[in-house]
Amino acid sequence: MQAANQEKIRTASEIPDEWFVPKKKDGHMQEAVVRPSISYWRDVWYRLSKNKLAMLGLAVLIFLIIMAIFGPMIAPQSVTKLSLTNQNLPPSKEHWFGTDQLGRDMFSRTWYGARISLFVGFMAAIIEFFIGIIYGGIAGYKGGRTDQIMMRIIEVLYGLPYLLVVILLMVVMGPGLGTIIVALTVTGWVGMARIVRGQVLQIKNYEFVMASRTFGTKTPRIIRKHLLPNTMGPIIVQMTLTVPSAIFSEAFLSFLGLGVQAPHASWGVMADDGLSAILTGQWWRLFFPAFFISLTMFAFNVLGDGLQDALDPKLRR
Amino acid sequence: MARYILKRLAAMVVTLWVITTLTFILMHAIPGSPFNQERNTSEAVQQNLKAQYHLDKPMYVQYLYYLKSIVLFDFGPSIKQPSQTVNDMLGRGFPVSLELGMTALIVAIFSGILLGVFAALKHNGVIDYLAMTFAVLGISIPNFILATLLIQEFAVNLKILPAATWTSPSHMILPTAALAVSPMAIIARLTRSSMLEVLTQDYMKTARAKGLSPVKIVIKHALRNALMPVVTILGTLAASILTGSFVIEKIFAIPGMGKYFVESINNRDYPVIMGTTVFYSIFLIIMLFLVDIAYGILDPRIKLHKKEQ
Repeated sequence: MQAANQEKIRTASEIPDEWFVPKKKDGHMQEAVVRPSISYWRDVWYRLSKNKLAMLGLAVLIFLIIMAIFGPMIAPQSVTKLSLTNQNLPPSKEHWFGTDQLGRDMFSRTWYGARISLFVGFMAAIIEFFIGIIYGGIAGYKGGRTDQIMMRIIEVLYGLPYLLVVILLMVVMGPGLGTIIVALTVTGWVGMARIVRGQVLQIKNYEFVMASRTFGTKTPRIIRKHLLPNTMGPIIVQMTLTVPSAIFSEAFLSFLGLGVQAPHASWGVMADDGLSAILTGQWWRLFFPAFFISLTMFAFNVLGDGLQDALDPKLRR
Repeated sequence: MARYILKRLAAMVVTLWVITTLTFILMHAIPGSPFNQERNTSEAVQQNLKAQYHLDKPMYVQYLYYLKSIVLFDFGPSIKQPSQTVNDMLGRGFPVSLELGMTALIVAIFSGILLGVFAALKHNGVIDYLAMTFAVLGISIPNFILATLLIQEFAVNLKILPAATWTSPSHMILPTAALAVSPMAIIARLTRSSMLEVLTQDYMKTARAKGLSPVKIVIKHALRNALMPVVTILGTLAASILTGSFVIEKIFAIPGMGKYFVESINNRDYPVIMGTTVFYSIFLIIMLFLVDIAYGILDPRIKLHKKEQ
């Protein structure tokens, strides 16, 4: 009996397209959205700016990005200059962060490392963003059989021990910057796809989507104008959390000797180099890369947390 | 319940098949052969070596041999160290890795929950503030950096704990701490936020109105509900601890699986790579499975067979 009742209730997406008849346009624009849809984001920004920790994270991030771009330019020493007489110098006026075992200036190297580490983090997040949106979007919007098959594939991928797969891929493709990004995204997009799919599945049944369809809006426009903007919140949070985890994974791989190769040096490679130096008392060789890895992770994590709270109206207190 | 378990078992087998096949394909896509580095071997010797490991057969035959070895759980001898079988290596390395990983996991679970509960009970108090500062730091500092800092402080400066190896309980403290801090921070934050949510529920008021002691309220009513989100992430957390211990093992020179895995990759030692990957995958997938089942048992509201719909 109950099952029969449930049959009759249809959700917006289950109603066949033919049932929707386009409304005749009367030229009055009375249904047009006049107010810019910025208000939600302004609201989010307002809530975010009240969160001191998140703002600190944002400030640190902006600082790190600016330094990654301009740091090597303001450094008093060139990054590539080797000097056999200046090996392992502690921080000083000439070498602000000291020098490494080949006499290279650690200050310049740190900011070159920042470029590589941040690049890996942002690229991984951006690629995952696109794959996740397309895959999750299709699964969520199509629903039914397509969704089931696509989700089965995700389930299988989700069970894979991510680090083992990344390591295997690194070995197969040979170490390098591109390889790291590919290896990280091959396993990483699954989380993003799941989030997008869950969101789309939920939102496509809301009344405003149905309303839009009654006006005769075509599917691509519904996806662009209604589904995507409304799924953005969780997606942005996921992206802010992807960046630090990609930076961490890159550092982790570099630490195992599978990271970016010389002459490039990420923070992970520098930390790996510095590990042996700390036992001989050259603390600065580990301290600076380690400090900046941690600082970046900290900044992204608190910003991500803050965004999560700011984007979720339920948590408004 | 039984139907759900069967369904999950089937999904597990598919996942395992995918990862084993993926490993096989990846292994054979690696340029170079394991015998490249052998010096002064004649063509005939090379051929014989290849024949012994079935590397001269067509790909699909190799694949069948490979599947057979997995089903029988016998990965054969290592190519680089023929006197040892992969099973020997797993038998020697894995218990150490498991001991390290499990100790770290248990430490992380208990201290993380404790920290989270106290932080939530003293919401916006000093304890809350300290616990969350600690949690944010714990998530921000990568474990390999923490490990180095711990060695520097406790082994080099204070000289109260050994810096490396894995022989006595005192050797276990630093690596366990290094491995446990970040999962502990994750658990603490999760416990805190879900505790805060649970504490505002009406049944908490009812429990208090009944005159239950605060301890009983927290343990019987709040914690049981607040721990559900923690249980859901335990599987992935256990996976990340076990694979994450590779780096900790390297830093502390612990004779666990990490050493064999990294060495085997550098040496193109196919049987060892496959054995390790397959073994770890099986282990981790079973962990995820058990967590799912435990979740259903802990939360009677969840009917496992309905979750699939």
